Amino acid sequence: MRRFGGTAVVILACIAIWQSLYLYVGDSALASPLQTVEKLSALLRNGDFWSHVSETGRAFVLALSIAVLGGISLGVVLGLGRMAGDVAEPILVTLYSIPKIVLYPLILLCFGLGMSAKVAFGVMHGLIPIALFSMNAIRQMKPVYRRTSRVLRLTTLQTALTVIVPAILPEIISGVRLGFSLTLLGVLIGEMFASQRGLGFLLTSAINLGQIDTIMAIALLLTVFAIACNALMMMFDRHLTHQSR
Amino acid sequence: MRSEAVLRFGIVALLVAAVEILCWLHIIPVDVMIAPTQMAAELIKILVSGEYSADIISSIANVLISTVLSVMLGFVAGLIIYSAPSLRAALEPLLASYYAVPTFIFYPVFISLFGVGSGAIIAIAVLLAIVSMITATLNGLDRIPRVLRKTGRIYRMSRIKTAVMIELPSAAPYLFTGIKLSVAYSFIGVIASEFILSGSGIGYAIAYAYNNFENRHMYALMLLIILLVTGVNTLLNGIDRRLQSQRHR
Amino acid sequence: MIPVASETAAKVTPAQQAPVEQAHAALRGITRVYHTQGRSLHALGPVDLSLARGEFFSVVGPSGCGKSTLLDILAGLNPPQTGTADFEGKPILGVPDGVGVVFQEDACFPWLNVRDNVAFGLRRAGVEPTEIKRRVDYAIGFMGLKDFAASYPAQLSGGMRQRVCIARTLVLQPRLIMLDEPFGALDQQTRLIMGDELLRLWRETSATILLITHALDEAAMLSDRVGVMSTRPGTFIDIIETGWDRNRDSRVVSTPHFGGITARLWEKLRVEALKMMSTSELRSP
Repeated sequence: MRRFGGTAVVILACIAIWQSLYLYVGDSALASPLQTVEKLSALLRNGDFWSHVSETGRAFVLALSIAVLGGISLGVVLGLGRMAGDVAEPILVTLYSIPKIVLYPLILLCFGLGMSAKVAFGVMHGLIPIALFSMNAIRQMKPVYRRTSRVLRLTTLQTALTVIVPAILPEIISGVRLGFSLTLLGVLIGEMFASQRGLGFLLTSAINLGQIDTIMAIALLLTVFAIACNALMMMFDRHLTHQSR
Repeated sequence: MRSEAVLRFGIVALLVAAVEILCWLHIIPVDVMIAPTQMAAELIKILVSGEYSADIISSIANVLISTVLSVMLGFVAGLIIYSAPSLRAALEPLLASYYAVPTFIFYPVFISLFGVGSGAIIAIAVLLAIVSMITATLNGLDRIPRVLRKTGRIYRMSRIKTAVMIELPSAAPYLFTGIKLSVAYSFIGVIASEFILSGSGIGYAIAYAYNNFENRHMYALMLLIILLVTGVNTLLNGIDRRLQSQRHR
Repeated sequence: MIPVASETAAKVTPAQQAPVEQAHAALRGITRVYHTQGRSLHALGPVDLSLARGEFFSVVGPSGCGKSTLLDILAGLNPPQTGTADFEGKPILGVPDGVGVVFQEDACFPWLNVRDNVAFGLRRAGVEPTEIKRRVDYAIGFMGLKDFAASYPAQLSGGMRQRVCIARTLVLQPRLIMLDEPFGALDQQTRLIMGDELLRLWRETSATILLITHALDEAAMLSDRVGVMSTRPGTFIDIIETGWDRNRDSRVVSTPHFGGITARLWEKLRVEALKMMSTSELRSP
């Protein structure tokens, strides 16, 4: 716990900066930490709010599953074929660098408004990084592991399940960690543009109505959620790899 | 190496041709997407007519400014954090979680703070890009082999000389990765901000075209962005590869 | 009293190859050529080799001469382009039963502890759990890993990790054990100790051992016979019989006979090593 002492100090400093910024700029531009927390607890006690949360949650879970399964499969397939990986990587990286926001109109025109558009947005943001990390994981795997499994006369299935999967898991988890956040981002953006329900939609209405405290309350909720999940995944990663790092 | 590039080009060409055919066959309806050749034709038209030139220049300028700012500030911040281990230990968990937070949700807050205009756009883009430069700087400095610094001391070089002639070249490939990421994130930050909350720039132009059902202009501009991104990426990757090949087999 | 061969055998003799019919493993006319990026690389051969059952045979040669390729072919990891490769009278197609390999790189699985690493091969082969436990306990004890059975490879030194890899090979009770520069990453003193371990293993299991090494002293000290390979494409330019007693250990390094063997080896190898250094290309970009 002593390790986090310094981080706690930095967090407190951030809150302090937040407060001073509020005092400088005033109610029209920012909400103070206290106001934000009050608004958030009010929202959390509101049943209607939770229905929006579950809407976002459902879309997110669906999008994340597709992004993870699709990304890992794509990455593994590309990583196993040496030429395939070299050819595909720059294409994937360039696709990833295109500001996806630019493709939103295309998605909306394809999927219409509603759940499928949201899920498409989420997958669009998260799939490629997961694929790239998975591909890298396979290519970085020490060749001696494969040779060992051949010498031990393992079947292909055994090699895949008992050697390759554990060997590449840490790197894949790093990819999923990144993909998690990006998919969440994608789903939220989808809700902002293409939905009448969900946290993204709440954000858009709050922006339109100028309700700063609501905006910041939702932002705070999302921030805490994202950081908490990220921390959990990092802990899982460290547990898996404390033996190998 | 060459054969890969050819294969890659071939695959992209094939995909584009497939989309083209699907559009001509109206399997992809015209009001959803126009054919790639039509996109290209429209792009040439608007470039020649110059009706979006001001927006294009404004966006590119914003991207350049954000990149330069995030690279320089990120590098300096990285240096400072590197030289203060306790600060680094305190910041490290937060830096690792930075990209976990959907930062765009703070956009409205920035509008409130900076008002609508280039300032807000650049601020958001820099905030997005700066962390990758900081992380890359820390990574690069970490990986300078200790023996190289010792060599500098054996040669009795001053601290500055060691930094410039030994440490900087040693960390260069990793720093360059940071620059690459900064360019990418600046690009995303600028275009995204323009799309959501600006009155000028390519991002705004696309949003405007979308809202006014001007599909042709919208797709032409989207194509422009894809071409810009591909061009910049290819250029940076080429430099990166040269830096890497110095180091590795 | 250091066990050495008698005085009459103090002169180092070139060895005979064991007749093919009695050989444990035999290579005849083996070559291997690699084709990459439009160029072809004649990596190995032609090579003839007969390993007698239960003998300890080392291969020494300059870097890049194809020693590892030779091991790959004998282990069934790579087919030869020409020639025949037999193990226990049958042609080698794929990795044969009864062959164990210890690689140069650290092949311990970092996600398993020592015990699970050692038991890995047995578990995949579907061996009975009680039998697995028996063999694993024995191997761990034999290789001196008992205090580390629950540790993970990341917590162990390089020498310990190689012991784990050897134990993992041991439990499968192979009849032919091949080791590819297994002690390359270790310091000289550790290597001498590990050499003794290897001899102990050899005597316990009565397996045939093929050791690939670049260290002449290691080959001279450990083997019944030493094969000297030329630079690429590698062929055997000499095979020397050492004449050591079966109960030898690393202390033979202080005998004159040892000096004679290494002298003979270096006489041949020095030429090849110089040849290799003068013709080595820049590592490609």
